[in-house]
Amino acid sequence: MRKIVKLAATAAIALGLGTGAALSADPLKVGFIYVGPVGDHGWSYQHDQGRKAIEAKFGDKVETTYIESVPEGADAERAIERLARSGHELIFTTSFGYMNATLKVAKKFPKVKFEHATGYKRAKNVSTYGSRFYQGRYVLGQIAAKVSKVGTAGYIGSFPIPEVVRGMNSFMLGAQSVNPDFKIKTIWVNSWYNPGAEADAAKALIDQGVDVMLQHTDSPAPLQVAQARGIVGFGQASDMIKFAPEAQLTAIVDKWDNYYVDRVQAVMDGSWKSQDTWGGMDTDMVHMAAFTNLDDEIAAEAQKTIDAITAGTFKPFTGPITKQDGSVYLKDGEVAEDGSLLSMNFFIKGVDDKLPN
Amino acid sequence: MRLELEKRAETSKRMSVLSPLIAIALTGISVTLMFIALGVAPLAGLHAFFVEPLTSVWSWEELLVKAGPLVLIAVGLSVCFLSNTWNIGAEGQFTMGAIFGSVIPVLYFDFTSAWALPLMILMGALGGMVWAAIPALLRTKFNTNEILVSLMLVYVAQYLLDFLVRGPWRDPDGFNFPESRLFDAAHVLPKFGDGRLHLGIALAVVAVLLIWFLLAKSLKGFEIKVIGQAPRAGRFAGFSQNRTIWFGFLLSGAFAGIAGLSEVSGAIEQLTPVISPGYGFTAIIVAFLGRLNPIGIVFAGLLLGLSYLGGEAAQVSVGISNKMTNVFQGMLLFYVLACDILILYRLRLVRSAPAKEAS
Repeated sequence: MRKIVKLAATAAIALGLGTGAALSADPLKVGFIYVGPVGDHGWSYQHDQGRKAIEAKFGDKVETTYIESVPEGADAERAIERLARSGHELIFTTSFGYMNATLKVAKKFPKVKFEHATGYKRAKNVSTYGSRFYQGRYVLGQIAAKVSKVGTAGYIGSFPIPEVVRGMNSFMLGAQSVNPDFKIKTIWVNSWYNPGAEADAAKALIDQGVDVMLQHTDSPAPLQVAQARGIVGFGQASDMIKFAPEAQLTAIVDKWDNYYVDRVQAVMDGSWKSQDTWGGMDTDMVHMAAFTNLDDEIAAEAQKTIDAITAGTFKPFTGPITKQDGSVYLKDGEVAEDGSLLSMNFFIKGVDDKLPN
Repeated sequence: MRLELEKRAETSKRMSVLSPLIAIALTGISVTLMFIALGVAPLAGLHAFFVEPLTSVWSWEELLVKAGPLVLIAVGLSVCFLSNTWNIGAEGQFTMGAIFGSVIPVLYFDFTSAWALPLMILMGALGGMVWAAIPALLRTKFNTNEILVSLMLVYVAQYLLDFLVRGPWRDPDGFNFPESRLFDAAHVLPKFGDGRLHLGIALAVVAVLLIWFLLAKSLKGFEIKVIGQAPRAGRFAGFSQNRTIWFGFLLSGAFAGIAGLSEVSGAIEQLTPVISPGYGFTAIIVAFLGRLNPIGIVFAGLLLGLSYLGGEAAQVSVGISNKMTNVFQGMLLFYVLACDILILYRLRLVRSAPAKEAS
C-alpha cells in the first residue's frame, strides 16, 4: 500500500513538472527527422549536434524537437507531417530516403520550410543541402597510403550510391598520389548502421591482410575492431577518438552546426529562400578531427592538402583521371563539374571492386 | 522448493477471451512504471502514447494506413496458422507482391488505362502467391521445413528488390540513386480523406470479411481447423493435408502480395530499396494477439499501429526515446504469451524432497 502511495506521489510531482513549463514569447519551432538513433555516434548523432548548436545559439527563442529512427518509406511521410502539424516552422529531414516524403508534405504545408539533406529535388519551400565529404576522403587516401606497409586498405561500404562511390574514388585518388599501386579490399554491408555486420566485415578484411581500415558506414564498430587487432583506421561522421584512442588517425566530421544556425537565423529574419548548398572544408561542413597516432611529417603533409582544399586552390577530382574500364573521365588539368560528381556511378582505375549492380 | 507448470484439465473459455485484455492492462501498468523511472509524467506520457493519436482525424487516418497492411497480412496468416502450417515469410511475399505489381508503373508506364490498377492488384496477388508457392511445393513434395524455407525467401526477395531499384528499374532521371521512377497518377491507388487513406485499407476490410466468412461459415474453414488440430481425424474425413497446406500458403501469399502492392502504390508511390518496416513479421504478432480470429486481428492491428504512432507522438510532445515503442511491443507480446501459458497450465509450488522430510 505504502508503495502505491509513493508511486502516486511521484506521479503527481512528475505531472506537475511536466505541465508547469509556461511559454514566454512564441519560440520558433524547429523539427528534425533522424534515420538512426541519436546515439549512433555517427550520422544522426552529428545532426543532433547541429540541433544542439541551434539551441545553444538561440536559447529560448527556439524550441527544437526530433523524431529518431524513422524508417525510409511510408512512415517517413507521417513523421514529417506530424512535425508540420504540431507547429514546426522549419523542418530538417536528414536522410536521402526522405526526399519524396518531404516534397509531399511540403506541398501540403506551403508555409512551413523544409531542408532535405543529400537530396536533389527542391521546391519553393524545400531546400537541399549536402556536404563534400569526398574532400576529406582524399586526405584519408594520402594518409593511408603513407602509413600502410602492405599497400592495401580495407574499405567497408554501405550502399553503392553516388556519394559512397565518389568517396571511394576520391580516397583512391589521394592514395594514388602517394603510391600509384595502392589497393583497396571492399565489403558492402548494405546498411548505414549495423554495428554487428560492420564489425564482421572489419574482421574479415583484417584477416585478408589489410593494415588500414576505413568505412562509409556510421558506427564506430570497424574502428574498434581495428584497435583490437592492432591496426589503424579513421573515424566516420563524428570524431571517434574515444572509441579507438590508439587506432584513429583522424576522422571526417560532419559539422552541420554553422549551416543549421544560419538557416534558423534566415527564417527568423524572413530571408529564408529555397536553395541548394554543397558545403565543403571551406565552410567547415567537412571538418577533419585532430591528427592522432601519426608521424608529424605525415600530419603536416595532410594539413597542407587540407589547407589547399579549404583555400580552393586544389580540387580532388582534377584530371587526368581514367575510369576503371580504361576510358577517360577527365583530361589533364580538367576539373570535374558538380553534376558529374553528384551522379557518379563508376570506379576509377585502380579500384578492383565491381559496382554491385 | 521449485515451481512447476502443470497442464490444466480444462481451459477457461472466459479467461481465453479476457487474457489479451489482461495482457494489455499489465502492459499499461509496466509502461506507467517505466515513465516514472524515466522521470516523465506518467499521465502525460500515457496521454501522448495512447490518447493523443486518437484525437484528430488525421491521426485516425494515419492509424488506418499503418494498421491496414498489418491486418491484411495477418488475416491471411491466420488461415495458415490455424491449419498448423507455418508461413513465416509474409515479408518476402509482401516484397514480391510489390515487385510484380510495379511491373506496370515501372516498365509500362505509358499504359494508363482504367484497367491498369486492377491489373496491378492482380499482379501483386500473383507475386505473393508465386513466392508462397515455393515453400508449399517443397513442403508437400519433399517434406522440407516450411518455416525455414519461407523465412529464407524473405531475404531473397529483398535482395531482388534491391537489385532491381539499383539496376534495371532505376529511375533514368534519378542521378543514379537507388529508386524507381515515381508512379503515374493512373498507377496510384485512389485516396480518401486528408490524403493518405488509400484503397488498400478498403481491401484489408474486404479481406477480414472474407476470412471471417471462410472460417465461420464454410466447409473449407472447418477443414482447415480439423487439419490443424487433428490431422488424422481430418484424413479419415477425406480432407487432404497437402491441399490445406497449398491453400493456406497461396491465400496468405496473395494477401501479403496485395498488401505489398498497396503499400508501394498507395503510400510510397515508387519502389525504393526499403518498402516495409517489417510488416510481414509484425503481422505474425498481430495474428496471435488477435487469437487467429479475423475480428480480433482488426483490434490487434489497430493496437500495434497505435503503438508506433504513439511512440512517435511521445517523442514530439514529451520527448521520450523511440526505444519506448520497442519496449512497449516487447512487453505486450511477453504478457500475451504469459497469460496464454497460464490459461493452459497452472503454476504449482513443488516442495523438494529434503524440505518435505524436515516438515
